[in-house]
Amino acid sequence: MTVAWTEATKDIAGTKMFFKRAGSGPTVLVLHRDIGTPDSLAFYDALAEKFDVIVSHHPGWGKSERAEWMRHPRDIAAMNAWLLTGLGVSDASLVGLGFGGWIAAEMASLAPTQYRRLVLVGSMGINPPDGYITDQALLSYLDYPRMGFHNEAAFTAIYGDVSIDQLEAWDLCREMSFRTAWKPYMYSQTLPHLLGGVQSPALIIHGDDDRIVPISASHVYAKALRNATMTVVAECGHCAEMDQPAAVAKLITQFVAS
Amino acid sequence: MHLMYFTEQPMSAYDAKAGLDYGATALMFPNSNFNSNEGSRLYNEYLEQYIYAEEVGIDGIMLNEHHNAPFCMQARANMFAAMLAAATKRVKIVMLGNPLPLWENPVQLSEELAMIDMVSKGRLVSGFVRGGGQEQLANGVNPAFNRERFQEAHDLIIKTWTQPGPFRWEGTHYQQRVVNPWAVPMQKPHPRIWIPGVISKETIVWAAQNGYPYIALNTPVERTRQIWDMYDKAAAEVGIKGGPEYHGLLKQIHVAETEEKALENARQFMWMQGEFTGLAHPVWSTPAGYGSPENRRAFAEFSTGRSTSPRYRPAIEQQLKDLMVIAGTPKQVIAKIKLLLEETRPGILSFWANDGNVTHQDSMTCIRLLGQEVFPAVREIAKELGLQSPFEANTPVSVRYMNKNQQLAAE
Repeated sequence: MTVAWTEATKDIAGTKMFFKRAGSGPTVLVLHRDIGTPDSLAFYDALAEKFDVIVSHHPGWGKSERAEWMRHPRDIAAMNAWLLTGLGVSDASLVGLGFGGWIAAEMASLAPTQYRRLVLVGSMGINPPDGYITDQALLSYLDYPRMGFHNEAAFTAIYGDVSIDQLEAWDLCREMSFRTAWKPYMYSQTLPHLLGGVQSPALIIHGDDDRIVPISASHVYAKALRNATMTVVAECGHCAEMDQPAAVAKLITQFVAS
Repeated sequence: MHLMYFTEQPMSAYDAKAGLDYGATALMFPNSNFNSNEGSRLYNEYLEQYIYAEEVGIDGIMLNEHHNAPFCMQARANMFAAMLAAATKRVKIVMLGNPLPLWENPVQLSEELAMIDMVSKGRLVSGFVRGGGQEQLANGVNPAFNRERFQEAHDLIIKTWTQPGPFRWEGTHYQQRVVNPWAVPMQKPHPRIWIPGVISKETIVWAAQNGYPYIALNTPVERTRQIWDMYDKAAAEVGIKGGPEYHGLLKQIHVAETEEKALENARQFMWMQGEFTGLAHPVWSTPAGYGSPENRRAFAEFSTGRSTSPRYRPAIEQQLKDLMVIAGTPKQVIAKIKLLLEETRPGILSFWANDGNVTHQDSMTCIRLLGQEVFPAVREIAKELGLQSPFEANTPVSVRYMNKNQQLAAE
């Protein structure tokens, strides 16, 4: 089935924020990764079969303008919350992917009853008690995204030989990651203390071969959120929605629809 | 002409094979390969070489710093500057320079520099740099704000040096609720500031707009001339006539008793360029957000091995031919420096004379020959070519003091 996506921008905090939207039903806001997002994904299409799906581009990533003043994922969280308000959506579910998971968790911690469901996929934002979040500053633009996949074929199917345009886009994504999450790298020291207030039911998803975020971080999320369940996806890397799109879409669809 | 002596202070006494096997020696090459006993020997040899360079007639000693790498042992340029302030009597102590973005408190840097200036009785030249990419990573400093931090730290230091405290600083990257250091420079309005660099257009233009001499770091002849064009155009816009007194050049120049020995030692310059050990992965030396936005696409290509490095340097033989490296007996070297000065016309020339595994004895011989034969000849050539240093031309320390200097000269 072909899903018809629309594209639009909205003025948020003096910045033009880009988003794509498709489907109908309960609203799901997808918060993308530190490496941005491809224009289209089978995973997005699968969600759009059941839900009104919004995929925003974080300010400075992809097609959204940069907010020069932005310094922390909490700023990105506030801007995404503003986007939902601006669109008149009051009961969205959040699906946060990796770095986007951190943003989703920040949104939920600041508005504990606001969101219907919270889904965190290999989420950053927590300092893992066992292991470290992989430092992309030490890896090439090719090696870091590749490390996010268990299945090389899945990486190739999405990114192909990796165009120069894509490499340039990843450089921009990396710069934005540094501008917002440099130190401490990719986690918050205060977030773990604030998760206990979140009322939304939460689903924590983690790939069994995630080489970017140690699974211990997801265990912390699962414990800190009062109403969370955790699922480990087999033969799956950090970029779970691209590595195992069908399995991850099914898990999320069932959870959000429940 | 202002002549300077420079060495990277290499920590060459490590297992070269381990470096080769690792593939890159800047940032991540394990420091278990560092030998502190050898480090102690080398630090003391370098100090001895600097003092000897003053004895044989050098005008300035150029210092710099790098981190996490064997190619440079100076982790804090101010340390050697402080030692030299006490151990020397005449030479300028030329910092090229302190990497401003690495400092969390620029006011403290202004204090350290002021102390060096006072102990040396006003011999400090305080150059500032952005610091290489690896330096940001080695110090946990955000590369995406490198240029902003450079600019703001500079502004704060200049204010600290030139305006009475206490005052308050509420900037984007630095907030100091009380700025009132009691250590301020002896030189007024403040020590001269020279800006070294290699490739960044923004830095060249910024230096020119401030009226700070720009020191081209070991750039080829053609590139050097392009830099001066860019510099002089930007300087003219703020009312400064560029020229030699605003142009400095660092050049790899090794001299020995015989041509054979000089060429053998000159090969050690390739050590720095990574021929023997490799230096750093491109994303370490140019982390995202560190470089010029206009170079982003080209860098993305180069960093993934899809194009040639913009800093690629050819084999040593070609470099010798193109005056990128100069080596030989004093007579041979003088002839080549004459060509270099005619082609590039700097008022400041820094001799990057010894590197890699060049022995202490050969380094001392090189310095002796420079002092006995090369410096006097170069000074004569510079006179003939009208190449004046900023000191000889009495240029203002910056564009902000241009009119004041003109008034003083008139009086």
